[in-house]
Amino acid sequence: MNVDSGEAGPLLSVTDLKVSFFTPAGEVKAVNGISYDLRRGEVLGIVGESGSGKSVEAYSIMGLLQSPGRVIGGSISLGGENVLEYGRRQIRNMRGNRVSMIFQNPMTSLNPVYTIGDQIREALTAHSRVSRGDADRRAMDMLDLVGINNPEKRLRQYPHELSGGMRQRVMIALALICEPDLLIADEPTTALDVTIQAQILALMESIRKERDMAIIFITHNLGVVADICTRVAVMYAGHIVESGPVNDIFYAPRHPYTLGLLRSIPRVDDESRERLIPIDGTPVDMLNPPPGCPFAPRCHECMNICLRAYPPATAFADGHAANCWMFDRDVFDREMAEREMPDL
Amino acid sequence: MVEYIIKRVLLGLAALIVVSALTFLLMNLIPGGPFLSEKAPTAEVLAALEAKYGLNRPLHQQYFTWLSDILRGDFGVSFKMQKNRPVIVIIGEMFPTSVKVGVFAMLWAIVAGVSLGCFAAYKRGRLTDSVLRVVTTTGVVLPTFVTATILLVVFAGGIFKILPVIVDKNAEWYAYILPCFTLGLNPMCNIARYTRSSMLDALSQEYIRTAYAKGLNTAAIIFKHALRNALIPVISYIGPMIAYILTGGFVIETVFSIPGLGRYFVQSIQNRDYPIIMGTTIFLASFVIIMTLAVDILYRWIDPRIDLAKEA
Ligand SMILES: Nc1ncnc2c1ncn2[C@@H]1O[C@H](COP(=O)(O)OP(=O)(O)OP(=O)(O)O)[C@@H](O)[C@H]1O
Ligand code: SF4
Ligand SMILES: [Mg+2]
Repeated sequence: MNVDSGEAGPLLSVTDLKVSFFTPAGEVKAVNGISYDLRRGEVLGIVGESGSGKSVEAYSIMGLLQSPGRVIGGSISLGGENVLEYGRRQIRNMRGNRVSMIFQNPMTSLNPVYTIGDQIREALTAHSRVSRGDADRRAMDMLDLVGINNPEKRLRQYPHELSGGMRQRVMIALALICEPDLLIADEPTTALDVTIQAQILALMESIRKERDMAIIFITHNLGVVADICTRVAVMYAGHIVESGPVNDIFYAPRHPYTLGLLRSIPRVDDESRERLIPIDGTPVDMLNPPPGCPFAPRCHECMNICLRAYPPATAFADGHAANCWMFDRDVFDREMAEREMPDL
Repeated sequence: MVEYIIKRVLLGLAALIVVSALTFLLMNLIPGGPFLSEKAPTAEVLAALEAKYGLNRPLHQQYFTWLSDILRGDFGVSFKMQKNRPVIVIIGEMFPTSVKVGVFAMLWAIVAGVSLGCFAAYKRGRLTDSVLRVVTTTGVVLPTFVTATILLVVFAGGIFKILPVIVDKNAEWYAYILPCFTLGLNPMCNIARYTRSSMLDALSQEYIRTAYAKGLNTAAIIFKHALRNALIPVISYIGPMIAYILTGGFVIETVFSIPGLGRYFVQSIQNRDYPIIMGTTIFLASFVIIMTLAVDILYRWIDPRIDLAKEA
């Protein structure tokens, strides 16, 4: 809607980000050089199986990595500033104010010994001087906005007095009260039942529209991605292996892993009612990843070069790209030729 | 809430009756009697004394007389130690000294225990943490009388002579340092250990991550969000601690000759001063029961998830 926003450059720009955990058993390269841009009002879905580095990637934006995890390379630019160079105070100013986060488990993400009101007010007072009365009023408005009835009473209640769906709404209220530019939602609906899930998604979508806020939506659930995301990044073993507009990913997927993921969900819109096909093989051992393409051990298309070198990105239309050797014409032709040799 | 308190009070009363009956029985089972110890009186004098205080009647009759007196608020008079002075007056004179020692012991135990526990949790895995672990483990296993003796030897006798050995009525404030320190040492170490582990547990919870994500500063995260949760298990230790301080007080008051109720109670048993034994027992038992109830209510205040009404 904003005419400038096209020129103003991305809100968030992640470049070649690398995060490692230095465990006693060795270095775990949880995020291994990922890059993407995110504009105002955009919703980026990050999908991938468990352990692929989705949360670690999100936490590094917020400066929430726990030791032994450390960002070891790349940059994260938010509104033109590299957040990796922020001092303590700047990080604190950013958290909850410019970038907010909601988590997977609403049951354990709120402090059990403080009232809802306490916890929402605190998110506000951490960043601005407001009177108790103003804070209360804004907290009530926020609860109202996220669809919680009787906000005045809720403010005085404790988390255990609310249902899971309600608590997630409270988490959203808490995350949005300072009107952040970016909301990171790490599997926010996984712990909720399906109808509540749909309500929470609709809520996030309407708030995004109203505020022109960007969202990073981390999930296992491709159905959810189709509902709310504008763009999708598919992660595997710390890499983004394919990314692009949501329709390209769903209707013209390129990377064998993305194909596998899509095949693994039952599609309601598909007449043939394909069976749910899980991807063969086990996830990568992150301590000892294979050299070359990490998906190689599970890939039906695997070629010789895949075992030796990580594939470069190949761009398709509209910012759709995938990292797979199959799309490098020269390499692919050479490999095919080698395969045919024995027959000669 | 009111219902819960009423229930707890009734339970407490039942406990008091059991405690008093058992004490009464045991007290009469130990050989000897109030008038036998010093110069043995003649048979007639003894009989006259026993008749005067009703000691010649059957035990159960004596007990019920005592019980009905106590229900009217009459604790009886001392047989021996302060002949014919009302027991309740004696308790009133002695108890404040014990409270003073007990309260300071508890204060230092709680303040130092919680601080050291937080500090150890903050420094987990480092040298400070290991040193504190050794110190607190030692403090937990050392019996009070051993600590008292060692400290007396070090600070009030052989090595330094900086603190008094005996704490009497006119003692200066610093005379209370050793007894309060000794009495609080074991609970302090226990509290430090509980706080350390519950603090580590609290700091690893997801609501702490939420607190960071809000942009709160470290102090607010540790002292507001983590500590309050970490204190919940620590508070459940305060009930047993009060009982410990009370019984530990008997030993400490005796070792340091502090004129408190604990030492007097021990002497009253040695002297078989029956009304004082019974009066003090009931008094201290009621005290523990009331304090435990107070701790449970405090618990409810600090952890809103506990619904006392439902638990009753
Ligand atoms: N504290 C830690 N210590 C060591 N390694 C860790 C730690 N936290 C994460 N990792 C490593 O980082 C990798 C990525 O973890 P991450 O939590 O980002 O996965 P995820 O994609 O969010 O998975 P999920 O869908 O299960 O949430 C994991 O495979 C794990 O090996
Ligand atoms: S690079 Fe090779 S192994 Fe990796 S996904 Fe493509 S074809 Fe499969
Ligand atoms: Mg995760």
